[in-house]
Amino acid sequence: MAIFLTKESKVIVQGMTGATGMKHTKLMLGDGTNIVGGVNPRKAGTSVDFDGTDVPVFGSVAEAMEKTGADVSVLFVPPAFAKAAVVEAIDAEIPLAVVITEGIAVHDSAAFWAYAKSKGNKTRIIGPNCPGLITPGQSNAGIIPGDITKPGRIGLVSKSGTLTYQMMYELRDIGFSSAVGIGGDPVIGTTHIDALAAFEADPDTDLIVMIGEIGGDAEERAADFIKANVSKPVVGYVAGFTAPEGKTMGHAGAIVSGSSGTAQAKKEALEAAGVKVGKTPSETARLAREILGG
Amino acid sequence: MDLFEYQARDLFAKHGVPVLAGEVIDTPEAAREATERLGGKSVVKAQVKVGGRGKAGGVKLAATPDEAVARATDILGMDIKGHTVHKVMIAETAPEIAEEYYVSYLLDRTNRTFLAMASVAGGMDIEEVAEKTPEKLAKIPVDANEGVSKEKAAEIVAAAKFPAEVADQVADVLVTLWKTFIAEDALLVEVNPLAKVASGDVLALDGKVSLDENAEFRQPDHEALEDKDAANPLEAAAKAKGLNYVKLDGQVGIIGNGAGLVMSTLDVVAYAGEKHNNVKPANFLDIGGGASAEVMANGLEIILGDPDVKSVFVNVFGGITACDEVANGIVQALELLKSKGEDVNKPLVVRLDGNNAELGREILSKANHPLVQRVDTMDGAADKAAELAAK
Repeated sequence: MAIFLTKESKVIVQGMTGATGMKHTKLMLGDGTNIVGGVNPRKAGTSVDFDGTDVPVFGSVAEAMEKTGADVSVLFVPPAFAKAAVVEAIDAEIPLAVVITEGIAVHDSAAFWAYAKSKGNKTRIIGPNCPGLITPGQSNAGIIPGDITKPGRIGLVSKSGTLTYQMMYELRDIGFSSAVGIGGDPVIGTTHIDALAAFEADPDTDLIVMIGEIGGDAEERAADFIKANVSKPVVGYVAGFTAPEGKTMGHAGAIVSGSSGTAQAKKEALEAAGVKVGKTPSETARLAREILGG
Repeated sequence: MDLFEYQARDLFAKHGVPVLAGEVIDTPEAAREATERLGGKSVVKAQVKVGGRGKAGGVKLAATPDEAVARATDILGMDIKGHTVHKVMIAETAPEIAEEYYVSYLLDRTNRTFLAMASVAGGMDIEEVAEKTPEKLAKIPVDANEGVSKEKAAEIVAAAKFPAEVADQVADVLVTLWKTFIAEDALLVEVNPLAKVASGDVLALDGKVSLDENAEFRQPDHEALEDKDAANPLEAAAKAKGLNYVKLDGQVGIIGNGAGLVMSTLDVVAYAGEKHNNVKPANFLDIGGGASAEVMANGLEIILGDPDVKSVFVNVFGGITACDEVANGIVQALELLKSKGEDVNKPLVVRLDGNNAELGREILSKANHPLVQRVDTMDGAADKAAELAAK
């Protein structure tokens, strides 16, 4: 099972023929991902050889879907062209679009989100500015290293890429059903709540680890959701306790403004919903182990 | 990026939002000519990126050009809530104000949409209005692709219950303000107060604009709006090298990869510091995904150049970043700094995990630099770095 991505997923890559796209397509193939095509209108009809695997290049997402039955697109398109690429994926009604691109202008992400909504949200968007998602042993759609851990029964959702890797590493002996990096931008497609709901419904997930960071109120809203809808144990971690007010900490969305968006407020909200929250990644991993009886 | 009032005023004027005449100066003497150009009287307004400047004495009327020079002399160099005044705006004096309103556009993160906010209770702190009299603040979602037409503007005006005699003018302001918001890739455009003056005209008397730095690729004019005077010299040097760096006030220099991991590293170091003389992180520095040896070297040079730093913690989990590159960067940076004749004497604690961690650790072991020590867990390394900084 797992969430959003399985070994049945047929993956295409928008921006595959660029340097980043080439590098990560190769890595994703190495992790067993069923990559059925790339998209680049200027190179349509050609193909790219990845160590003996021939991946065809199509002129559009719609064409790739029609020819291959693709149901997932991973986007490595530069920021200036990302909005058009996401809109193309939405128009083609591909079920899942994973937007890895970092540095997309907020007016562009707000526009493609509004567009997705106006089209009835037929395309689930993950990201932007995210590492994508992995279902270990089955498929990898993005840039999460495939060799950190193995299949297991922990579900992970995180705003941060490297903290995702760190947490997978801390719990590598137990393994993960799926790990989803939702991204640290102010406007993102899939939220903590969406991933929590999917993990709650996933028979292969026994425990959920949720990683948040300063800025916005997504963690607070996730806490409300957990209280009302999640029966599985949830362990949380929030980064940025020592971040000063008014300074953006790397992610465009990671900023404490006045009294809102602080790590302390998020921790308290999660704890009030029954989530065990670790002070550090290693303590968070310890809390998860205790619950799993390991 | 938050702008000064005069920069906001210029952008408003460019997109047709009605504003008063004004110019920015940075010497008292320049206030004379500027005031003469405005017909002999002016308002002298401190340019600081913080609220409450009026109460702090940063806004004064000048009835003559001489008085403008005197007021500019008082205000330039003044400290307002920790912000030194380097510039003042010499503005046209406002005609008698009859009423003060509030209008803005911003991003509503929670609902992933843009939001119009409007109130007839302007002129004061809008957060106070939102808290004490929320019924006086209308919030209307704006679809990013539909924008604000005259019709939409009329909807906002009606929701905020603007008086009928200004409804049309306020709607025009809302349309031009939306143009500013879109054309400039702003995260916030705010007019407060939007004033109805004795003549019946509606004017933007003060405003705030915040711009999206991710949009710089299509906003070539925005770079010039940056406040280079205010930037911390280390932050400016880091920015010039394309590094994502924020100066903090502690003693442990931090370098890591990925915003989340670096934020987490700051926390772990602060916790460790509680046991070591309360030392704290000295900075945030994210060298990003796929960092090369060169990027590592640039980062280390900035951190070692910070006189507050007593020890350095390099915390890398290699996802895309290869740990051998990071290790090479550390070794090269130390050699480079030495060859420049700089006295490098701050201890470095390095933790490497993930992609090519073994190779990276080997490189550090072989280099056997007296200042570098390897600790293989994040908590352990943070503790060691804090201990060294407390010495």
